[in-house]
This record gives sequence, structure tokens and C-alpha cells, in this order.
Amino acid sequence: MSDEWIIIILMVFMAISGVAIARLHNLFAVVMLTGIFSLLGAAAYVVLDAVDVAFTEAAVGAGISTVLMLGTLALTTSEEKPTPPRHMLAALAVVGITGAVLLYGTLDMPHYGDPNAPVHHHVAPRYLEESEKEIGLPNVVTSVLASYRGYDTLGETFVIFTAAAGVLAILGRVRRPKRRNERGQTTEETLK
Amino acid sequence: MNEKLILRVVSKFLIPYILLFALYVQWHGDFGPGGGFQAGVIFAAGFILYALIFGVAPVREVIPAAFTRYLLAVGVLLYSSVGVASLLMGGNFLDYNVLAHEATHGQHIGILLVELGVGITVACAMITIFCTFAGRAELNAPEEEEED
Repeated sequence: MSDEWIIIILMVFMAISGVAIARLHNLFAVVMLTGIFSLLGAAAYVVLDAVDVAFTEAAVGAGISTVLMLGTLALTTSEEKPTPPRHMLAALAVVGITGAVLLYGTLDMPHYGDPNAPVHHHVAPRYLEESEKEIGLPNVVTSVLASYRGYDTLGETFVIFTAAAGVLAILGRVRRPKRRNERGQTTEETLK
Repeated sequence: MNEKLILRVVSKFLIPYILLFALYVQWHGDFGPGGGFQAGVIFAAGFILYALIFGVAPVREVIPAAFTRYLLAVGVLLYSSVGVASLLMGGNFLDYNVLAHEATHGQHIGILLVELGVGITVACAMITIFCTFAGRAELNAPEEEEED
């Protein structure tokens, strides 16, 4: 019971930070709030006993992506350009209808913690019962990720490799430190 | 940057423990929460913290750009080569049972190597992405840094 209250309180905090993110124009504050949003999500995962997911969410969502967003702000600007509000009613209608459709979609889904949910009757029981014997590791999450679903994890590793390679291909070309030449141009300007 | 005495001292105190914790998460992922992905991110976070406070250039002296770029591929290759090794030893791709005489022992070896590959690639990817972004920021505005 207390678990449910903790989840509800965390969800309320997440909703508040979500609304604040939408309304704020100072992008630095927005980046900080997205980090807080991820940290609250990580706390919710801990309550749901998904420690591995919480770990990843805290490290990637709250840590690395916040730092990367700050790096982007350092390259661009930390103040959003004010745009005059237009078509506000139409936007509200689109958001409202989308939200209603999403809520309608969840009606078909099994309830939280439902033991009859299909996800608990496919391969999960076998993983939980047999992985100790077949793999010999106490952490089932690691067994599933690295062994049963090793092919998927290989794909994910390639995705991360590709992401870094993409960033290098787009941004990683200028390696010389900025020095002004006799005409006052920077190295980057002369390279263009 | 020189005025941030508390940040400099505290980060220098914390970074060794962050890296140690990353190694713990890497090798203890079979038994507790964690694994290659989380360990890689935490390991990279240690270097990124250093880069945030002392600048990208000192970090790049420790781990040059070429080094992380090579290791980026080494991690993926290590993962794939475990799969190829199990193929060569008569099993399916990424079937670790054939890697040792005993099936669970083979699984242990396979998972350890695979997680190490993930950890190496993730750590290098994060360091590469951050240093590329931050290095560009320092390239564009070296004057602003003194105002901070």
C-alpha cells in the first residue's frame, strides 16, 4: 500500500516538472528539470523492483543526457526565442484528443501486477525457473540480456557504436585548436 | 576555472571512487544489478566530470581521441567475436554453451566477455560524444570560459 503512495507522489512530481518544462523559456532550467524528471522516474523504477532499469535511467537519463544537453546549450543559446501563441485552441484539441486515444489504448492492456497478463505466460516463467540451471547466474536480468537475448544486445551495442560514429562524422572533423591567422580568421572559418 | 576550489577538490576525491564503482558494476553485474551498459556509462561519467571541471584538453591527454575511437570498435568486435567463436566451436551464433566443457561455465565466460564488450563500447561512445560536443564548444568560444 505504501508503495502505491510513493509511486503516486513520484508521478505527481513528474507531472509538475513536465508542466514546468513545457512552460519555461529558460532552456538551462528546462535541462535541469528533465534531469530531475529522469531521477524521479528512476526512483519509481526502484519502487517497482526494476533496479537494473532504474540504474540505467539514473545514469543515462539524469546523468549523461543532461550533460549532453548542457553541451548543446553551450553551443547554441540558453534562452528560447519567444514565439507569439497561435492556434492555441487547435493545439489544445490535438493534445487532448491524442491523450484520450492513448488512454483508450491502455484500457485493453492488463492491469498493473496482473498475474494473468500474457507477458507472465510467454517465456518469462521459463527464464525465471530455468536460468539458474541453464546459465548459472543469480541475476536473471543479466542472463536474459546477455545470453537468451544476446543477439538483441549485440544490436543495441551496434546502435551505440553507430551513434558515436555519427557524432564523429558530423562534429568530429575540426581537430585543430582555434588560432587566428594574419587576417583575423579562425581556423574553422578558413576550413569552410 | 581556478576559483572553483571546492568543485576541484571534491571531484578529484570522487573520481577514483566513481571509476572503481564502474568496475564493480561491470564485474558484479552477473550477481547484482548492473552490467556492461551501466558500468560503461558510470566509467564515462567519471571522465566527463573531470572534463566539466578541468576542460576537455586534460582528459584528451589521458585518453586521446584516437584511443577511444579504436576502443569504440574493439568493444563491438569483442562482442561479435564471441559469437563467431561459438560458431567455430560448433554451436549457434552467440551460443555460449560450447565455449567450455561445461555448459554453465561456457555461459559464464560468454556473458563476462560480452558484457565487457558492451562496457568498452558504451564508455568510449559516451566519452567520444561528450568530448566532441564540449571540444567544439571550447573551440567556438574560448573567451567565454574565463568569464565563468
